[in-house]
Amino acid sequence: MAQAAVTLEREHYEGSRIWSWITTVDHKRIGILYLMSALVFFLVGGLLALLIRTQLAVPDNTLLGPDTYNQVFTTHGIIMIFLVVMPLNAAFFNYFVPLMIGARDVAFPRMNAFSYWGFLFGSLLLLSSFIIKSAPNDGWFAYANLTTDLYSPGRNMDFYMMGLQVLGIASIAAALNFFVTIVNLRAPGMRLMRMPLFVWMTLITSVLMLLAFPSLTVGLIELMFDRYFGTNFFNPQAGGDPVLWAHLFWIFGHPEVYILILPAFGIISEILPVFARKPLFGYPFMVYSGLSIAFLSFGVWMHHMFTLGVGAVPNSVFATTTMLIAIPTGVKIFNWLGTLWGGSIEINTPLLFSVGFIAMFTIGGISGVMHAAVPVDYWQHNSYFIVAHFHYVLFGGAIMAMMGAIYYWFPKMFGRVLNDKLGQVQFWITLIGFNMTFFPMHFLGVDGMPRRIYTYPPGMGWDFWNFFETIGAYILGVSVMLLAYNIITTLLRGEAAPADPWDGRTLEWSIPSPPPVYNFAVVPSVHSRDAWWEEKQAHGTGAPAHAQPPVRGGAEEGSEGLSIHMPPPSYFPVLVALGLATVGAGMVAQIPVIVGVGMALMVISLYGWAFEPNH
Amino acid sequence: MSQAQATAHAEEEHHTSTGLSHNKILMWAFLASDCMFFGTLIMTYMIYRNRSVTGPYPRDVLNIPYTSVSAAVLLLSSLMMVLALQAIQRGRMREYRVWQLATAGLGLLFLGGQFFEFTEFYRDHGLSLSSNLFGSTFFVLTGFHGTHVGIGIIWLISLVIMSLRGTLTPAQAEKVEIAGLYWHFVDIVWIIIFTVVYLIPY
Repeated sequence: MAQAAVTLEREHYEGSRIWSWITTVDHKRIGILYLMSALVFFLVGGLLALLIRTQLAVPDNTLLGPDTYNQVFTTHGIIMIFLVVMPLNAAFFNYFVPLMIGARDVAFPRMNAFSYWGFLFGSLLLLSSFIIKSAPNDGWFAYANLTTDLYSPGRNMDFYMMGLQVLGIASIAAALNFFVTIVNLRAPGMRLMRMPLFVWMTLITSVLMLLAFPSLTVGLIELMFDRYFGTNFFNPQAGGDPVLWAHLFWIFGHPEVYILILPAFGIISEILPVFARKPLFGYPFMVYSGLSIAFLSFGVWMHHMFTLGVGAVPNSVFATTTMLIAIPTGVKIFNWLGTLWGGSIEINTPLLFSVGFIAMFTIGGISGVMHAAVPVDYWQHNSYFIVAHFHYVLFGGAIMAMMGAIYYWFPKMFGRVLNDKLGQVQFWITLIGFNMTFFPMHFLGVDGMPRRIYTYPPGMGWDFWNFFETIGAYILGVSVMLLAYNIITTLLRGEAAPADPWDGRTLEWSIPSPPPVYNFAVVPSVHSRDAWWEEKQAHGTGAPAHAQPPVRGGAEEGSEGLSIHMPPPSYFPVLVALGLATVGAGMVAQIPVIVGVGMALMVISLYGWAFEPNH
Repeated sequence: MSQAQATAHAEEEHHTSTGLSHNKILMWAFLASDCMFFGTLIMTYMIYRNRSVTGPYPRDVLNIPYTSVSAAVLLLSSLMMVLALQAIQRGRMREYRVWQLATAGLGLLFLGGQFFEFTEFYRDHGLSLSSNLFGSTFFVLTGFHGTHVGIGIIWLISLVIMSLRGTLTPAQAEKVEIAGLYWHFVDIVWIIIFTVVYLIPY
């Protein structure tokens, strides 16, 4: 029996180790690829952050000149959003959504691989701009018409445009994949209202991505046409309006921040019940509030534009909708507290990060609601108060949730448990460093320090807190090093993990750590929420029910055998992604031949993909 | 189950939660996204109506009778698409190919009409991407629509070639249905563009 399972594994991962990773279509491996890439990019983005903080540590500093500083903070933002939080989300979607719904893979395994390689090549295209010292430098939101070729004549914004287009296409492909997977591949009995909340949040996030990304795509297309073909979308002299860019960007940009945070909400909703040993409080309300947030997220975008002069009526409307969206978010906070209340709490690293998330995200949410009041926003806009707000929700929120997820799910993914004592220390250092870095930014904002300035004169009253924040940033750096150390040493010689180290509630804990390539030998039959927990209650804790290897690996269906057809590896996804990135690179370099080669590679590889046998 | 049946099993749809195939749901979800894409381009056009500082203006160049004919051509192609799907569902492969080629052919006729119309705008009126705001919004909007039609035509011709080689059979009629969803979507977008750009009084 075990022999058959091993044969299946070996047959499945053909070729050399590197080739098997390049051609993999296994959602678990793709999840690991996303995770490792995102963590590396986190270090890059973090280094840029330390550069920012070092430059701002003292007034009139000369470490970074203004143009370099613009590149540093712009790419810091782009990296953290598109190359860290989004791929971290993708990593956990990839690894755990199929497991949580009792599926053997996603609906479109090859498109899944394409999404990863598109992400990687798009990221490399974006980062290659550093090599020629022309990294994007007009802010992550790239306001027109500063970004047109008249005012930004270098290649910097071309890298931005093309990098984001490639990343956007990869993201839309992933969103399509997860949408179909969740809608169509749930195990028998897993009705929508029995799905784990993380799966719900993935579904909602996928829909948000499908509907919000096109606005960015069109904005980038219009910018590209302005820069390359002389169109007039953002040219005021021809009747164009730079405010159109702001609309297009923020119609994407606001749903984007919910795309960033909803998966984190889902993760917290998985971790808390396990370590409080209680079901999630108010599950239906957690679902409905997620849906409300997604719906309302399309109605608040102009709160990023209050000071653009669009007028009192739009400002009032969007102030109202922004305050409204705080309500379903608040519902979630109370439900998490309700989950913890009266629970049998086990204090460990995932739990600490989750509780930290609730506290930090709440602070970020409160500053967010302050911005919703238009007269107050006129003061706070473009100041460090805003920087404080979004770091509280994105770092104190999303990143802390991701750290919690790493500690929680590491055993399942790698078959080893991260060192919990070190993890708890790492948590406290993170919390302290984080608050030291970002809480004083509220003060600096109120004291008038603007965003995106490369230095400041002495005597503004900003010196002390800036220096304090820089110390905090270095402390954060230490905590990230501790996380890296924990991960590396655990991978090398960590304690082996059982299938269900936390006495979990959801189906991923019902199979070995790490799972076999086919996930479930027998597709589970689901009768309630928290399906694995219910199974354990019904049968008593014993050997995991879904771990039996198949009687014959990949054999034909029959009364004695199990037919498990796992899709074979393929090199077409990486080729299509390479073609796409080549098109992007050719556009940046303004060399039509390269664009042509990229398109040809894409078309040929797409045909190869469409007609590939055994798929 | 015999070996032959097991092989056939691999080709059939696996059990799905909705009863619909993955591919069909994928196309619907993709079209929802593409809706937002065209919606944004159309919105740009509408925001920028009557804001060109210099000519040529829409009233100078747009020819409603001419474009009505090309719109009718595209609509007719959608009818051909329906007939093609019906034919393959009934197992009539020869008939399928006729209707499918007619679909692609009318699509090509539509594109040819666009090409002719646009070269006239450029040559006779000097309307280009960079001439003024109208040129920018008009050509980008219709250009992306035309690209979608072009991709559709390549797709339909590929299906016909597959049917000639025997790799598209009546059992796979759903492939034609999904191509049809895309084709009808592109047609509906054109109806909207035609209305917004040509028919609304300028």
